[in-house]
Amino acid sequence: MSVVTNTTTIGAIEAPSRRNTELLLLAFAVVIPIFAYANVGLSIHGELPPGMLVYGLGFAVLAGIAHLVVRRFAKYADPLLLPIATLLNGLGVVLIWRLDQSERLRTLAKRSFGVFTESAPRQMMYTGLAIALFSVVLLVLKDHRVLQRFTYISMAGALVLLILPVIPGLGADVFGAKIWISVGGFSIQPGEFAKIVIAIFFAGYLMVKRDALALASRRFMGLYLPRGRDLGPILMIWAMSLLVLVFENDLGTSLLFFGMFVIMLYVATERTSWIVIGLLMSVGGATVVGMTASHVKVRVTAWLDPFACYSTSGACEQVGQSIMSFGSGGVLGTGWGQGNSDLIGFAANSDFIFSTVGEELGLTGVMAFLLLYGLIIERGVRTALAARDPFGKLFAIGLSGAFALQIFVVAGGVMGLIPLTGMTMPFLASGGSSVLANWVLIAILIRISDTARRPAPAPAPSPDSEMTQVVRPS
Amino acid sequence: MNKPLRRISLFCGLLVLALLIRTNWLQYVQAEELSTRKENRRVQIAQYATERGNIIVGGQPITGSAVTDGSDFKFKRTYLDGPLWAPVTGYASQAFGSTQLEKIDDGILTGNDDRLFFDRTIGMFTGEKKQGGNVITTLNAAAQKAAFTSLGDKKGAVAAIDPRTGAILALASTPSYDPSTFAGNSKNDEKAWRTLNDSADKNLVNRALRETYPPGSTFKVVTTAAALEHGVVSDINTPTDTPEPYILPGTKTPMVNHATGCEKASLLYALQVSCNSVFAHMGDKVGRDGMVETAQKFGFNSTIDTPVRAFASVYDKTMGKDGNALSSIGQFNTAATPLQMAMVTAAIANDGKLMKPYMVEQLTAPNLDTIEKHEPQEMSRPLSAANAQKVQQMMVNVVENGTGTSAKIKNVKVGGKTGTAQHGEKNAKRPYAWFISYAELPDGSSPVAVAVVIEDSDVKDREDITGGGLAAPVAKAVMEAVLKNKG
Repeated sequence: MSVVTNTTTIGAIEAPSRRNTELLLLAFAVVIPIFAYANVGLSIHGELPPGMLVYGLGFAVLAGIAHLVVRRFAKYADPLLLPIATLLNGLGVVLIWRLDQSERLRTLAKRSFGVFTESAPRQMMYTGLAIALFSVVLLVLKDHRVLQRFTYISMAGALVLLILPVIPGLGADVFGAKIWISVGGFSIQPGEFAKIVIAIFFAGYLMVKRDALALASRRFMGLYLPRGRDLGPILMIWAMSLLVLVFENDLGTSLLFFGMFVIMLYVATERTSWIVIGLLMSVGGATVVGMTASHVKVRVTAWLDPFACYSTSGACEQVGQSIMSFGSGGVLGTGWGQGNSDLIGFAANSDFIFSTVGEELGLTGVMAFLLLYGLIIERGVRTALAARDPFGKLFAIGLSGAFALQIFVVAGGVMGLIPLTGMTMPFLASGGSSVLANWVLIAILIRISDTARRPAPAPAPSPDSEMTQVVRPS
Repeated sequence: MNKPLRRISLFCGLLVLALLIRTNWLQYVQAEELSTRKENRRVQIAQYATERGNIIVGGQPITGSAVTDGSDFKFKRTYLDGPLWAPVTGYASQAFGSTQLEKIDDGILTGNDDRLFFDRTIGMFTGEKKQGGNVITTLNAAAQKAAFTSLGDKKGAVAAIDPRTGAILALASTPSYDPSTFAGNSKNDEKAWRTLNDSADKNLVNRALRETYPPGSTFKVVTTAAALEHGVVSDINTPTDTPEPYILPGTKTPMVNHATGCEKASLLYALQVSCNSVFAHMGDKVGRDGMVETAQKFGFNSTIDTPVRAFASVYDKTMGKDGNALSSIGQFNTAATPLQMAMVTAAIANDGKLMKPYMVEQLTAPNLDTIEKHEPQEMSRPLSAANAQKVQQMMVNVVENGTGTSAKIKNVKVGGKTGTAQHGEKNAKRPYAWFISYAELPDGSSPVAVAVVIEDSDVKDREDITGGGLAAPVAKAVMEAVLKNKG
């Protein structure tokens, strides 16, 4: 085995680009949401939904464009990332459209805001924009290592993005969380973009400082403890996360940033001590905040026993409703359009969209979705393993790790595994920022994987014009 | 850097694994519990998602379903003549739950019953909508209407049974309520529900099954049965050894008689004019335990599922001798539901054989297949056929010559007994007027036994005659309706 592997790297034998595999998978990723759309229409209205052909074709064209861009500009990219993202995004739009049809949510919106607006068309528009942004990233970013130059600019950028929602007049307080800003009628969640920008900073910074952080250390109880002065960066990030938590009431983003940093720090230094320190710091921070901040306390109570405080607390009712949604779905689910996950009320199509998956697609559907997310993470980690440069490695693992943490925090929250945090399920939840940011994330992973899998340039033809003799056993 | 990368990869895998385990826990292990929790509105939504099956009387549905708008409950229960049938149907309200037949047979009515599994499975393939089955009752529409209309504005209840089978023919309670008024979950429904709940008249109480009244003199037929069965008396025409005045055992209180000629009166005469002293004396001679035994054979001291549960009527098992003597004329702690007194009458009319009362004849699937059919069951034999015929003779005598003449029906032999039960502190409240009776066919069997109770009989004269004056015409109307519409 090892012999064969070695020979293939020596020779200029073309590595398969896997673009056709991607195209085939993409065809499924387009067809499945279209069937789902038809299914919802049939079960709710008893007829095929309007514009099936137009929407189906539109979706196929978007996926086709994305594929062509990848084929042209990232030929050796990982073939799974694009189809999975497309499938999740497509099903997300169908889920949102299904919740748009809910009489209960319409009435609720009319009673609260006086007007009900459908979310699916907007989500479709954002998907289009996101695919465009995806293409632009692949077109412009020929090599991810270029981003290394923007290490410190990224840090500044990320800080600005994080601070924006707190600025009076710009930030918008929605259901207690200050994570939105409104610009010209659009709500933007800067945190979603900050996730990517800050990964650039972490990767660039750690690549430079990894030796100092890894080697200068003292041994204590089997652990290599860093010097006090090297603790600076992690302390700063920790403080920043806590500030985000305290000022923006956003437990999720705070956890996400800190977790991402610890993961990247560990990968960069190969020192287990960083994990221990990181865990201790997050447990400490969480305990202090959990005991003092009232909105966190409420969520912890709701997590411990949602039915004990069901009728008295809105947070408990939300979690209880979500859990009952999952339970009522059972193994096979009620089928598209036939559940009552809209009982959750507000945020049914954003933070709680996974509960609709739970009820209507059942245990089977939820496991399928979790495995799809798991595959994206796995492809991301694999990209990090395959990447040849440390910056690419760190960048890829940072993005994949953050993605994994986000899935865990959101799905775990709506399933009552951990306290609920206000974050959105990537690709599924309604919201432009989330869709745009996650497509950028996929574009970057595709770019890194393309660089990683691209075969080394063929050696210049030898003037001897003699091929190296390949010795084959038998 | 690849070693930590692999570890991170493992860590991410564990995160996803934790989620997978959690979803299996929620959606498989706990699915049943979560999907049936009381907080889970889906339970009610499913209950009203399809057209409910109907409750049927004499081939005609007395219920229906209506589509509701602006609610997550698709169908709402409607009642064709709500107040008339409320004591039978109970209610099925989207907001306030359900009771009685609507609750007990909810599985059949919604189509969720396990016995309808095949219908549902077949429906799944043929694409037919899930339908509810029907509940076919034993009630007699004419008798029910007669009972309800003749009770009129008075507060009271009627229970009528076919003595031969135990089938319940009429079950009326007034003042009644219309379950349609709060079947939905709108503001109006809530208002109607509040009003009914706050009403001093206790409209929602099913007086025929779930209210116990002191049975007064109607209980004397039970005492008669006990005296005959326990050999205290063997001939109803022989004078008894009752003194006048009769002093309650262990006390110095004389028993007041409203009738004359009670001293040493025969049972036949004593029942005809309703002597208190004679029956108190007989009850004392039978003894408490003997009285309890006979009363329990008639159904006292236990609940009865028709399948709607009727409260247990009471004959005190621990009272002293004086209490027992008073109880033998239906006072003291003795209390009976109208259904219980109808059962007493039915057992006597059916020659001593008490049939278990029931109101559901059949449960049918949506395609009208029978799922369950009730077979008449014997419940007990409180008295022998010979003794039963003696009591029958006495009861016929009451209607022919005694206090119950207003229940006479032309060309039909009717047996009955009046009752006026005093209650309240020092018997200050208005008495309850009772009448129990049965009608006899030429072959000696009886198609109907009735018990009527009227509360707050607005009559100043507290003579025993009130039962005959107020309640007997109601019983007569019910008996006539059954005789005319035998079905």
